[in-house]
Amino acid sequence: MTEALVKVRHLVQTFNAGKKDEVRALQDLSFEIYKGETLGLVGESGSGKTTTGRALIRLYRPTSGEIVFAGQDIAQLKNGTPQMLAFRRQTQMIFQDPYASLNPRMKVKDIIAEGLDIHHLVHSSQERDARVAALLAEVGLNRDHASRYPHEFSGGQRQRIGIARALAVQPQFIIADEPISALDVSIQAQVVNLLKDIQAKKGLTYLFIAHDLSMVKYISDRIAVMHNGRLVELASADEVYNHPLHPYTQSLLSAIPEPDPDRERQREPLVYDASMAESGERQLVEVFPEHYVLATAAEVATYREAH
Amino acid sequence: MADTKPIAPDAFAPAQVAETAKEQIAAPNLTFSQDALRRLKQNKAAVISFWLLVLIFAAALLSLVVTPHDPNAQNLNYTYLPPKWGNLHVPFFDGYQNGIDMYAHNQVPKGTYFLLGTDYLGRDLLSRILVGTRISLFIGVIATLFDLVIGVGYGIISGWNGGWVDTLMQRVIEIISSVPNLVVVILMLLVFKPGLTSIIVAIAVTSWITMARLIRAQTLKLKDQEFVLAARTLGESSVKIAVKHLVPNLSSTIIIQTMFTIPTAIFFEAFLSYIGIGLPAPTASLGTLLNDGQKALQTQPYLLIYPAIVIVVLMLAFNLLADGLRDAFDPKSAH
Repeated sequence: MTEALVKVRHLVQTFNAGKKDEVRALQDLSFEIYKGETLGLVGESGSGKTTTGRALIRLYRPTSGEIVFAGQDIAQLKNGTPQMLAFRRQTQMIFQDPYASLNPRMKVKDIIAEGLDIHHLVHSSQERDARVAALLAEVGLNRDHASRYPHEFSGGQRQRIGIARALAVQPQFIIADEPISALDVSIQAQVVNLLKDIQAKKGLTYLFIAHDLSMVKYISDRIAVMHNGRLVELASADEVYNHPLHPYTQSLLSAIPEPDPDRERQREPLVYDASMAESGERQLVEVFPEHYVLATAAEVATYREAH
Repeated sequence: MADTKPIAPDAFAPAQVAETAKEQIAAPNLTFSQDALRRLKQNKAAVISFWLLVLIFAAALLSLVVTPHDPNAQNLNYTYLPPKWGNLHVPFFDGYQNGIDMYAHNQVPKGTYFLLGTDYLGRDLLSRILVGTRISLFIGVIATLFDLVIGVGYGIISGWNGGWVDTLMQRVIEIISSVPNLVVVILMLLVFKPGLTSIIVAIAVTSWITMARLIRAQTLKLKDQEFVLAARTLGESSVKIAVKHLVPNLSSTIIIQTMFTIPTAIFFEAFLSYIGIGLPAPTASLGTLLNDGQKALQTQPYLLIYPAIVIVVLMLAFNLLADGLRDAFDPKSAH
């Protein structure tokens, strides 16, 4: 496949290290995100999906490990350095809650132009207004919305404002942290399709965090499954869907409701026993080409045999 | 049920709405503060309080330029004159006491009136009330300044940084707030002379505590909000985040808390002056006037009543306006 834009190597994120309330949110995470692809990140609540996203965009300072972005390790960059500022321009985030992600006291114009101001991308107020109008048009909003305040917009509109804000600095890589889970189902497709269109137009790379598996399958090229701060399976979207190897992935897939009532009645959810993962040394192994599973050597052999 | 005519299905035609028109917002473009102002105007008590305060402020400021009489001028011929409003002969305001025209009795020249009477040194009560109110409002302004500068800054720094900085700053606040205000003032008297300085220093030490705590709590809540995270992912510096994102969202807390600090400070000064460790004689303040008036309560009750009315109105107006502002800025908290 094509070159990797983001390489994560042995990423560890521990909160309150050494204290009673120590949380090991991410444990030895390694994966790559290829240029131009969408990597879906799924897992249950508390599995570390959001922490992964926030560590990648350096809202957190990783405890150890490397995050190589476009050839540069950004894991330990300090805030305020020129390298960090350059990284901030190339990576952007779309947030989960469209009601909390826009400052209620700022006009839409100023929200979208915030990045333009920080990185000095425009030099006059006319240029700024023109850029904001272009960005609004890009996400399908009216240009007179620029002088409004966020509370006047619906959830879907707000999320589009959030997307426009992220696009303003012309990033290469966008981390979408459950961008649709707070939206109405009818609006979800609208926002996801907008994200897909923008990706096709600008060749962006996405890390798409979600817990809605069907939506993730629709948007992602590859899917990574997380559980308890570890990556348990990583493969192409079809592989994960059709040939899940790790028992947790199988359990997760068996939990998807069927739209057909007859089949839904017969659907048997598989229960995943987390204690089985406690014994033995497990590593992310490439069991089949481009299909990684967290497993012991013995398990890898069984996976290969069964195929 | 009246007869209804059936409507033919072909009477309906799909409306043609342009895609852009669907996104149109028809409501007027109100900013947050305009919206709050609109809600405030619906609260009658708050509006009346606001105009009362404007009136009191104007009167107090006017006393800088002109007062009916010199507030500190003594005239022992004019002691304990009851209120007299010209020759209007309004009951209680006609210069009579116990059936005697005190103005004639004391040989006050014609044309000299004391609208609210005089005290035991023959000083005009109205002028002294005006000057006293001015001092009270000045104390209120000073307390506001400390609230805004120390309280808001302290709270934001403590909440934003978190960790050991926050722990240390909160312990300092606890130590300061564990010393009673009265003790602080009495300690100040060891260093400064009794007067405005010691009161201001005492207010500087203690008045901003509540503000700092409120602001810290709000900052803690705000700093994990996604719009603050968004600003950080865009590369905004902490100082700019504080100015652009935190302060505007803290503004309602700041305004409301200020409106509660002012009456507290005014009352604190009045209380200190009343018990005699505030402003020294002959400076008039509402507290010293109450103190003087209380001594002559049985013979000249008006000396106590009028300053008391002023301080009651001040307190009530500030508190009602603060309540109205809170409801206007934070409609969810209104009950």
